[in-house]
Parts: sequence; structure tokens; C-alpha cells
Amino acid sequence: MIRINCPFCGERDHSDFTYGGDGSIVYPELDAPAEEWVEAIFQRENIRGVQTETWHHVSGCRQWLVVERDTMTHEIHSIKAAHEGVAKVLEAGK
Amino acid sequence: MTRFSAWSVFRNGLSGQSGWTRQWRDPEPKKQYDIVIVGGGLHGLATAYYLAKNHGLKNIAILEKGWLGGGNAGRNTTIVRSNYFMPGNRQFYEHSLELWENLSHELNYNVMFSQRSHISLLHSPGAIDGAARRYNTMRLTGTPDAEIWDLEKLKQNVPHLNYGPDCRFPILGAAVQKRAGTARHDAVAWGYARAADALGVDIIQNCEVTSTSRSGNSITSLTTSRGEISAKKVGFAVAGNTSRLWQMAGFNTLPIESHKLQAFVSEPLKPLLDQVVVFGVGGAHFYISQSDKGGMVFGGDLDWYKSYAQRGNLPIVQDVAECAVSILPCLGRVRLLRHWSGVMDMSMDGAPFICKTPLDNLYLNAGWNYGGFKASPASGWYFADLIANDRPHETIENFNLDRFAQGVSLDERGAGPDPKLHG
Ligand SMILES: Cc1cc2nc3c(=O)[nH]c(=O)nc-3n(C[C@H](O)[C@H](O)[C@H](O)COP(=O)(O)OP(=O)(O)OC[C@H]3O[C@@H](n4cnc5c(N)ncnc54)[C@H](O)[C@@H]3O)c2cc1C
Ligand SMILES: [Zn+2]
Repeated sequence: MIRINCPFCGERDHSDFTYGGDGSIVYPELDAPAEEWVEAIFQRENIRGVQTETWHHVSGCRQWLVVERDTMTHEIHSIKAAHEGVAKVLEAGK
Repeated sequence: MTRFSAWSVFRNGLSGQSGWTRQWRDPEPKKQYDIVIVGGGLHGLATAYYLAKNHGLKNIAILEKGWLGGGNAGRNTTIVRSNYFMPGNRQFYEHSLELWENLSHELNYNVMFSQRSHISLLHSPGAIDGAARRYNTMRLTGTPDAEIWDLEKLKQNVPHLNYGPDCRFPILGAAVQKRAGTARHDAVAWGYARAADALGVDIIQNCEVTSTSRSGNSITSLTTSRGEISAKKVGFAVAGNTSRLWQMAGFNTLPIESHKLQAFVSEPLKPLLDQVVVFGVGGAHFYISQSDKGGMVFGGDLDWYKSYAQRGNLPIVQDVAECAVSILPCLGRVRLLRHWSGVMDMSMDGAPFICKTPLDNLYLNAGWNYGGFKASPASGWYFADLIANDRPHETIENFNLDRFAQGVSLDERGAGPDPKLHG
């Protein structure tokens, strides 16, 4: 079981969350060429090692989180709120 | 190599089993090969066999980082079927099933292919209609053994299921493929290895590919843990490690994520279940059969997040156990003997790739997930055909990396571009 330390709720089992996917993807402008959209939607680096990914705390605060996790060892390196404004407020309150 | 026959079994029985010889050689890698296949799983082994057998090619090697069949080849729940719907998938998996039907003879090795029927339970009128559409399509396109069973017929054939009217998802009927079944996975790997070796293929174990050298638009050689090996043509068949090899070849991204799938086996029981039974409704996903030794062999969903760790998580154990007792309550007190997991490629549409690549002499065999065991004979057959002729056979025309950009993805489940959803 992976334990995820939600910045809002505290440490919980990963079964409290759903996995979003690769969190490093930057979606192109709506009118960007189709190739850029194909790249963003279908192509993955599929890192073995530390990757940035999203998790959704569905059975808790329902916030989206950005997590750095090692896909080989499942060790978690960092966790923050996905919403930049919210992440800043949390950071300032520390 | 001794050919297996009733006579050789009899003779060795009388001579204290002393007459058997090695099944395949353990050669030192040569400096140069015409064709190198990376990955000694079912797909790599079958490919090398058909390259030698169907195309008469020589000077072929398989490079395997561990021992052959130590990856997903020896970790799966061994289900073989061809009840696919999408054009391309349908012909491909039906061809594979036809190869399975003759595989023990073809390889002179008993792969214990048991056509015991594959039974998908149906729980609503809508599901019955959906299954009728799919199974009628199969009947109309060359898969004659597709049937829809009503509740009475199902009860006669599979008496132990939970038919209680008060269960969460009452069973209404089943979609059945009668030529489907199971096979002994290790025997398939060993059978292909032995047959390929007899045709001169070098199977090099403990040989990990760590990087490639390129010249112009070709790979010239592979750096391995057993030295530098040059090759005129290279094929990748490395299951869950495709992205890593792809990056060693100098590329970046693929429409693939690595996910793990678990399998379970119980203590041995007396004969209980004669078929493969599949339960999939609501969030449930579960498949079960009984091995010849009596163990109940079963599995369920992926672990739900991307992972290269070859070990499964506990929430899936719970999930699978819940499914097991909800359709076969009689398993409630059966003990689990072992469970394990394997790392597989999950593609963006759940379908595989058997295709050329941007490099002139590199060929890709990848994207195998839930269907990779049943696919292995045809996968080897078509991959060999691709490598030998340098063009895709029409059956696998869509098994390429371009299909997403073209808008012709093979999304059997209609789940969209999210690898974890393609069950
Ligand atoms: C738990 C589980 C249950 C499954 N159940 C079913 C089922 O019921 N029916 C079905 O059809 N399919 C099933 N599958 C899927 C099927 O097992 C796989 O899709 C299939 O085995 C993959 O092909 P393979 O046999 O070639 O892979 P593998 O056996 O994994 O072969 C790939 C090989 O490549 C080697 N390799 C990797 N990197 C390198 C390198 N750098 N250098 C050299 N060698 C390398 C690995 O060591 C490995 O041996 C299941 C899979 C799992 C994990
Ligand atoms: Zn939370």
C-alpha cells in the first residue's frame, strides 16, 4: 500500500485516492496543430524512476494533487496541491 | 534433441529416464547476427521460431536479460480466446487460436492446450444484447463457436456459481466461446525455445541489452551485459520494458504506459470448475479457471497506477477476493497459495503494436497487456513476417504507432486514451 500525505487531510492509504496519470503534460492551445494534441494526449515518456503524476483524493477532500513518485520503488518525493493558487496559500501558511 | 513420441516416453520409462537430452543449447553469443530479437518471452521466442520455420532464415539470436519465460510469459493466467470485435483484432486473434489448436503438434511439445470454453457472465438485458451483437459478428466473420446461453443451460454446465436472486448482480445468462480455454504457459515458452533452437536459433540468457549504437538511420549494434553484438535487423519484444528499450534506441515517447497485473492461485481442490469463467459488471473484473493440479487460478484488474515494480498491491487482493466469493461463494474458506505480478505495456487503446519504426532496421512488437498470452503464436507469426518481408501483413496494418494520429485506434472497450482503463 502506498501512503500519500495529502496536504489537506494528512497521510492516507492510496486506496483513498484515484490515480490521474502523467502530471508533466502541458496541454497545447486549443487551436494548436493536431500533431501537438496527438503528442499531449497519446504519447508518454513512461519513466522508470521519479515521475510527476496526479492523484485525486476522491474519498477525502476531493482535491487534485501533484505527486513525485518513483515508479520502481513507489517512494514518494513530494506532494502539493495541483491548483497553483491553493498550493501558494498552503506554502505561505507553513 | 530427442523427438518426443509415445515410443520415446515408453523406452525412457524402461531405462530409468536416462535417455533424455538437453532441450536447447546454451551458446556463447556470437559477435554478429543477421537478426537479433531482444526479449525471451513468448513473443520473442515465437518470432524467432517462425523466422526460421516460415521464412527459412538463419543466423538469428534471442537476447534475454534473465532466464527465458521469467517475465510475463510465466506469470499469466493462461486464458486463450478470440472473442474480439474490432476489425483487425478479430482476424488476428482468430488466427492465433487456429495456431493454438495445432501448437503441440507443430512444436512436438505438449503445451496442454485445453479448449474448455470461455464463459462471460451476463447480468442485464442490455449486456445480453451487447454480447449478442459481438458474438453474431464473430459467427459472421469466421469464428463459428460463439454462443449465447440462457440461464438454464448455464446452470447445467456450471452448477456452482452464485445463482441467488438476491445477489448484487443476478446472473441472467452467458456469452460462450467453446474453442477457447487455457494452456500451460511455461510449456509454451519451453516448446518454442526448443523448436527454435532445433532450427539453429541462438537463445542467449542472462544477456541484458543496455544501449544501442546507430549509424545513419539504422541500429548497427547492441551493447549487452555479455558484450557488443552487431545485427543487420533488430526486433524488440520486451513486454513491460518497451519504453526503456525505445529510449535506448534514441527515441523519446510512445503511446504506452507500464502497469502491473496480479495473478493468484489457491491451494489445490478436487475438480470444481471445468471452464474459464469471467465476471465483469459494475466495477468488478474477475476471471477464474482451475489448473490440472487443482489450484484455482484467477485474476482481476490492474493495480490502477503506473508501475515498474514487479509486486502487487493489497487493495487489488481484496478486490479480487471479493469478486471470487461473490460469484463462487464456495471458495469462501479456500486458502490462497501464492500471488504475484507482472509488468505489462498498456497502450492508449489497449491494442498492440507489430510495426516498423522510424529506423530502417528496427521493428517493434509491443503494447501487449491482458491479451498477450493468447496472442503469442500469431504475434510471433506476424512479427516474423514483418521482419522477413519488411512490410506489414494486411491483418496487422493497423497495429502501428501512427494509428492515433490517423484516428483509427483499436479501442475494443471504448475507454479512451487512458491506459489503466483498458481491461
Ligand atoms: C498476472 C498476469 C496475468 C495475465 N493473464 C493473461 C491471460 O490470461 N491471457 C492472456 O492472453 N494474457 C495474459 N497476460 C498477458 C501476457 O502474459 C503478456 O502480455 C505476455 O506474456 C507478454 O509477452 P512476452 O511473453 O513476450 O513477455 P515477457 O515474458 O515479459 O518477455 C519479455 C522479456 O523481455 C526481457 N527484457 C526486458 N528488457 C530487456 C533488456 N533490456 N534486454 C534483454 N531482455 C530484456 C524480459 O526479461 C522478459 O523476459 C497476463 C499478464 C500478467 C502479468
Ligand atoms: Zn485530502
